[in-house]
Amino acid sequence: MTQPAFFDEMTASGGDVRGVYARISRWLNASPPELLAARREQAELMFRRIGITFAVYGDKEATERLIPFDIIPRVLSRTEWNRLEKGLVQRVKALNAFLADLYGKGEILKAGVVPSDIIYRNPAFRPEMAGRPVPHNIYVHIAGIDIVRVDDHDFYVLEDNARTPSGVSYMLENREVMMRLLPDLFASCGVAPVENYPEHLRASLRSVAPLRAGGDPTIVVLTPGQFNSAYYEHSFLADKLGVELVEGRDLMVRDGFVYMRTTQGPKRVDVIYRRLDDDFLDPLAFRPDSALGVPGLMSAYQAGNVTLANAVGTGVADDKAVYTYMPEIIRFYTGEEPLLKNVPTWRCREPDALKYVLEHLPDLVVKEVNGSGGYGMLVGPHATRAEIETFGKKLAADPANFIAQPTLSLSTCPTSFSGGVGPRHVDLRPFVLSGADGVRVVPGGLTRVALKEGSLVVNSSQGGGTKDTWVVDDPQLA
Amino acid sequence: MLARTADSLFWFARYMERADFVARIVHTTRRLASLPSGEGSVANEWEAALSAAGALEAYQEAHEEVEANAAIEFLLFDTRNTSSIVSCIESGRINARAVRTALTIETWQTINEGWQEMKKVQAKHQARSLGTEELVAFLDMAMKIALDVDGSAYRTMLRNDAYWFSRLGLYVERADNTARILDVKYNILLPESESVGGSLDYFQWNAILRAVSAVTSYHWIYRDGVKPWLIADLLILRPEMPRSLLACYGEIVRFLDAISSAYGRQGVAQRRARQILGRLENTTMKDVFGAGLHEFLTDFIEDNNSIGGAIAEQYLLD
Repeated sequence: MTQPAFFDEMTASGGDVRGVYARISRWLNASPPELLAARREQAELMFRRIGITFAVYGDKEATERLIPFDIIPRVLSRTEWNRLEKGLVQRVKALNAFLADLYGKGEILKAGVVPSDIIYRNPAFRPEMAGRPVPHNIYVHIAGIDIVRVDDHDFYVLEDNARTPSGVSYMLENREVMMRLLPDLFASCGVAPVENYPEHLRASLRSVAPLRAGGDPTIVVLTPGQFNSAYYEHSFLADKLGVELVEGRDLMVRDGFVYMRTTQGPKRVDVIYRRLDDDFLDPLAFRPDSALGVPGLMSAYQAGNVTLANAVGTGVADDKAVYTYMPEIIRFYTGEEPLLKNVPTWRCREPDALKYVLEHLPDLVVKEVNGSGGYGMLVGPHATRAEIETFGKKLAADPANFIAQPTLSLSTCPTSFSGGVGPRHVDLRPFVLSGADGVRVVPGGLTRVALKEGSLVVNSSQGGGTKDTWVVDDPQLA
Repeated sequence: MLARTADSLFWFARYMERADFVARIVHTTRRLASLPSGEGSVANEWEAALSAAGALEAYQEAHEEVEANAAIEFLLFDTRNTSSIVSCIESGRINARAVRTALTIETWQTINEGWQEMKKVQAKHQARSLGTEELVAFLDMAMKIALDVDGSAYRTMLRNDAYWFSRLGLYVERADNTARILDVKYNILLPESESVGGSLDYFQWNAILRAVSAVTSYHWIYRDGVKPWLIADLLILRPEMPRSLLACYGEIVRFLDAISSAYGRQGVAQRRARQILGRLENTTMKDVFGAGLHEFLTDFIEDNNSIGGAIAEQYLLD
C-alpha cells in the first residue's frame, strides 16, 4: 500500500505556505529551537500551576497528568470557519429535532428513514423519556462535534458527542496560556475571541429553566467528584459560570423538587448541567449500585421541576450506527442538504457491507457502535496480521455492533516537540450550544493532535495533545 | 454555600495549620534533643512531641518504643499518621481541590504548588532516607507552605462565608495546638526529680516559645527572663499574641458572628464560643495556676472540641 499523501494545513501539499499561516510560518522561521523549547517549558509550568490535569484510567503512576499542550496554534480562516459554523448549527438543530421526534411521535421511524431497531434496541435509548417533552424541545444543550480535515476544501464530521462532551476548558485555558506566552504573535494575527463561551453557556442553561423557576433560576454543575478524569473541567466551568459545583450527595429530592444542602439549609435547584452519565444519575431509576447520583432525581425531572442539560437519553443520537444516517436525518428535519459531510461508513449490520469490510480489514478503521475514547477499535493499516484476524472474528460474531470507515487522510499541522518541529495529525472539536434563543458556536474549538509521528489517534486518554485554535481574518491578496 | 464546601474549607485550613504546627514541634524537639544531657535533654522529648501532635497513640500502635528517628519519620512522612506533615498537606490539598471554585486562584495555586514540592521530597525520601539538612529543609518548606496559603487566602479571598469558615478551621486548630503544647510541657517534659526553674526547665520553656515563634514577642512584652507563668500568660491570656487562646477565641467569635449576621440566624456555636471567650477574658494567671494548669488546659481542649462539633452540627452537615 502506498503511503497516503496528507494535507498539511501550513504548507498545503506543494510546499508554499498557505496565506492564513503566513505569520505563523514567519514566527517559526525566526524562532530558534531553544526559544521554542523555552516556551514549551513555560507553558507546561503554567498548566501545572493552574492544576489543569486529566486522569488516565488504569494509569496508576499518573493519577493527575497534564494533557500535553503544543505551542504552535492551529489556524482556520474566517471563511473556512463560517462554512463550518453553518454546518454545525444545521447539524445540531437536526440532532435536537431528531431526539424530540424519537421521544415524541417517532415520525422518522414511521417514514422508514432510520430503522426502528437501531433506536429501540439501543441501550442509550431511554424509554423513561418517551412522551415527556423537555423545555423548548432542546435535548442537546452542549454538543461537541468532532471534525477532521482532509484537504483544502473538505471537512468531515467524524462523530457527534451529544452526551457530556468534554474539553471546552482546554479550549479556554489554551487560549489564556497562548495570550500570555506569545502576546506579540497573538496580537498580530487578529484572532477571534473564545472567552465569552461561559456567558453563552450560562445564557443557554438559563433559557431552558422550568417556567416556575422565575427570572433567576438556580443553576448547578453536577460532577461525579474529584477523582473523575474531567474534574478539573467541571470545577473550571462552575467557576466561570459562577454557580455551585455539586456532587450527588449535595443534592436531595423532596416533594418532587431538587434541593442542594447548604450552610443555610436546603436550596432549590432549577437547572443541572450534569457531567454524569445517564446510568449514574439516579440509583432509583437507573443503576441501583451507583453512589454518584441523586435518588429520586428522575421523578423530579419527569415532573418538569428541574432541567437536566444535556437531557436524559441523548446518547441514542450520537451512537455510531445512528451517525451513518445523519445525512438523511438532516434532510428529513431541515429540508436542506447537509453542509458538513459524513465520513463514508459501512454499516456492518448490512450483509453486503459486512462482506466488504471483512475483505478489506487491513485498509479500514473499524469501531464499536457504542465505543468512545479510541478504545475497542481496529486501525487496519497500523494493525498486525494477528490483531486483524482476532478482530475479524469479533466482528463476524456481532456485526451489528460495528461500523467501518476508510482510513482518512487527516490533515497535519506543524507541531513542536523536543527534536524540533514537524507535521502531526489533528482534528477539531467545536462546542455547540443550544438554548431557547438559538444555537451558538464560539469561533474555534479544541484542536487535538496526535503527538506520535504518523499516529492518527488524537484522544487525550491515549497520549494525544491539544493546541489552541485560531480563527483569523482571511489573508488579503497581496 | 454548599455544606460540603464549608466543611472542606474548614478542614483545608485546619490541616494547613496542623502541618505548620507539627513542623514547629519537630524543629523544637530536635533542638532540645541535641542539648547535652543534664542541660535540657531528657529521654522523652519525642514522646512529648508525639503527644503534642496528637499522634502518640497512633505511634504506639505502629512502634514498640519511642525513638528519635522513628518519631521523626512518623511525624513527617508516615501516611498512617493522619497528622503527619505529608498527610496534612495531602488532606489539605484534597479538601482544597474539592472546593476549588470557593478558593481564589492564588490560594489554590499556592497549595497546589506546595503539594507538588512536598510530593517531590516524599518521592526522594522513599528512594533513600533524607539527610539531616534535607529534613530541616523539609520542615521549613512545610511551614512556608502553610504561611503562603494563609497569606494568599488573607490577601485574595472575598470576605464572605467561604473565608469565614476557613478562618474558623484555622483558629480552632490553632487554639487546640497552643493548649496542647503547653499541656505537654507541664505533663511530660519535666522529670519528677527536676525542680521547676532549673536549667532543664529553662530550655524547655524556651523551646516552647520557639515552637510558637514567640521568643521575640515574649521579650518585647515582658522585658524579663523566661518564666513559666509569663509564658503561660502569653500563650493563654495575652490578646496581642496571635496564638494565645484568648486571641484565637476573639477570632472564632468574630467569624462566627460574621456568619450569623450574614445568615440572619445564630445558634449553639455562637453561644458556646462567646461563653469560652468570656471565661478567658475573666481569668487571671492566678486562677489558672490555682486550679492547676493541666486541669485548666484539659477543660479548654474539651471546650474547643465542642466548638468544632457545634460548628459542624450547625453548618457543615446539612
